[in-house]
Amino acid sequence: MAYFLQQLINGVTLGSIYGLIAIGYTMVYGIIGMINFAHGEIYMIGAFMAVLCFTMLGAAGVTWVPLALVMVLLVAIVFTATYGWAVERIAYRPLRGSHRLAALISAIGMSLALQNYVLLSQGAGVKAVAPIITGRLTVYETPGFDVTLSYIQIFIMVLTVALMAAFATLITHTALGRAQRACEQDRGMALLLGIDVDRTISLTFVMGAALAAVAGVMVTLYYGVIDFFMGFIAGLKAFTAAVLGGIGSLPGAMLGGMLLGMVEAFWSGYFSVEYKDVAAFGILVLVLIFRPTGLLGRPEIEKV
Amino acid sequence: MADGAAPARKTSPAVAILREAGLTAAVAFALALPLIGLRGFTRGGAMVVETRFEWLAIAVAVVFVGRLALIGLRHAIPRLRRAVAAPRRVGGHAAGLGSQIERYRVPLGAAALAFVAAMPFMPFADRYIIDVATLVLIYVMLGWGLNIVVGLAGLLDLGYVAFYAVGAYSFALLGTTFDLSFWACLPIAGACAAMFGLLLGYPVLRLRGDYLAIVTLGFGEIVRLVLTNWVAFSGGPNGISGIPRPTLFGLEFKKRVAEGQTFHEFFGIEHAGVHRIIFLYYVILVLALLTNLFVLRIRRLPIGRAWEALREDEVASRALGINPVNTKLSAFALGAMFGGFAGSFFATRSGFISPESFTFIESAIILSIVVLGGMGSQIGVVLAAAAIVLVPEVLREFAEYRMLAFGMAMVLIMIWRPRGLLAHRRPTILLHGRAGGAGGGGQGGP
Repeated sequence: MAYFLQQLINGVTLGSIYGLIAIGYTMVYGIIGMINFAHGEIYMIGAFMAVLCFTMLGAAGVTWVPLALVMVLLVAIVFTATYGWAVERIAYRPLRGSHRLAALISAIGMSLALQNYVLLSQGAGVKAVAPIITGRLTVYETPGFDVTLSYIQIFIMVLTVALMAAFATLITHTALGRAQRACEQDRGMALLLGIDVDRTISLTFVMGAALAAVAGVMVTLYYGVIDFFMGFIAGLKAFTAAVLGGIGSLPGAMLGGMLLGMVEAFWSGYFSVEYKDVAAFGILVLVLIFRPTGLLGRPEIEKV
Repeated sequence: MADGAAPARKTSPAVAILREAGLTAAVAFALALPLIGLRGFTRGGAMVVETRFEWLAIAVAVVFVGRLALIGLRHAIPRLRRAVAAPRRVGGHAAGLGSQIERYRVPLGAAALAFVAAMPFMPFADRYIIDVATLVLIYVMLGWGLNIVVGLAGLLDLGYVAFYAVGAYSFALLGTTFDLSFWACLPIAGACAAMFGLLLGYPVLRLRGDYLAIVTLGFGEIVRLVLTNWVAFSGGPNGISGIPRPTLFGLEFKKRVAEGQTFHEFFGIEHAGVHRIIFLYYVILVLALLTNLFVLRIRRLPIGRAWEALREDEVASRALGINPVNTKLSAFALGAMFGGFAGSFFATRSGFISPESFTFIESAIILSIVVLGGMGSQIGVVLAAAAIVLVPEVLREFAEYRMLAFGMAMVLIMIWRPRGLLAHRRPTILLHGRAGGAGGGGQGGP
């Protein structure tokens, strides 16, 4: 029981990170119907921003942890969102209205280019930062095994919930959110009604990148080591999460992320660590076979 | 159109151009500031950050000048601009080069064939050149195999390397465990890969295009992870070595063998290591040509027509009685089979395989060969495979920039010609010989 609870806590933490990345996939898919393959790389860039910023703050003598966290989050969000915007502007906007494969291949190219850009500019070695948030709570004590909840896990969960709340408000209650939902339903009609579709799509990429940047900061804090290749597998899993929850659905992305995080934690905890990625992709295949619309997705109606 | 809202305003063009370039440079500055201007590395166990502002300045300057040049190019040569923009607007079917090559394909093909057949005996052909040519041919064969899936059936397969791996490992395991020869294993390896194609394809082929892409990508990763982790089966990350070399009707390419004859003894010539290289070159040449022949012929068969019909309009094809699942499945399995053949050739050529040779990058390279060449174009695949193998060989000093350039080239080519370099997509059959519509939109927007 205690072991189970511990895996649950680990799974939810991991799931929060996947969920935040998955939102970027699901939003972009919802609005322009393409898989933003470079999104995993955006998350990786977010993590690099976090490492660079933490190191510089450390060198500058900023030691008060809350201030450092806020600054790192802001810096990572701003610069990573710029990358998200630029990726859309360079690689996807010229292909709008072209066929699907062209956009996907352009996205794969962008992903390779970003990965190698970071490899060349920052080097191949892993980057490590010293733990910033230390300490843990003991939730539940049993003889021989204590269930603990570290402060960093609390930080990740609380920040995720707060971001989700803010995000849900943004989508349901602001003009931008309305424009996004309009574009998602019918882009041509939205254009006729005076919505600046290009701007809305750009902002969608910016928002997705901002959330991915937060996920990158979280993963830097949680694991402490990052490298240039981390975006590939993480992106694939976050996409799995988005599909699992029902692509196009924002709560679905979060739910899918949570489920995937838990599957991975339980699989590593009870079976084998080596095959945890196989388990994650296996789930993707199973979901697509038995419930292609995902858990919360709407069935797609094909119009002729 | 895409850029330059500025010229419409009343400011002078020079100011507008400068403003546009300045904006681009400002964005480039924001992008480059953290990742180029700063570099984090570990010194004495702790992270330190050093600044590289001179690089940052260079990067921003390059972007500024590049943007100016781009604008200049567009304004000074409007005809060029139209030529570049036009194929994009009409969906790329007006590609001149593609139809030109298509028109002269018989003489061109014969000349190319004569050249590649005689290549190993030409004066410039040394061991290195034949080796590189063999590599090109492997990619040509993989490209042609994947072309069945992507080009003809219109299914995006991002895990093609999995079938390549299945072929390579089935031959390597059979060859090292049961002492079977390359020629005995080749059909088995192809069959194994086709079986995997069927197994994977059956459940997922009902899915829409980009879901399929991701499932195949996930499948490719699963295969690689299993090969890496299941040490008892595949040798894990250490791979399999000592894979048998191919023989010419039982003649081995060794200095001497325990029993039987070797190649050089049988023909009474001096032993030379290059014989084996040349032989491998011809093996892959024949395999690749067989693939091409197969694809060219099957395109004319009902099944090939059904693939292309499904690619163009699935709903209409279903209405006409084509079973989409079986049709797609056959394309998937046949594509996988050729991947398996190429895989076992790869294993016998290198004598050693490990999961490292079967990463996603490899899938991306094969896919980009098909796409850059122009989906469905057989000649395009050859040109793209040659470019993708040869350009990095030529630019060896810039090896570390290779993948960066590769990724950017993929983006740029898609923007410039979304249908590929030699896109023609000519209908293979016409009603009463009419060239109606000439292809056109095909798969529309999302």
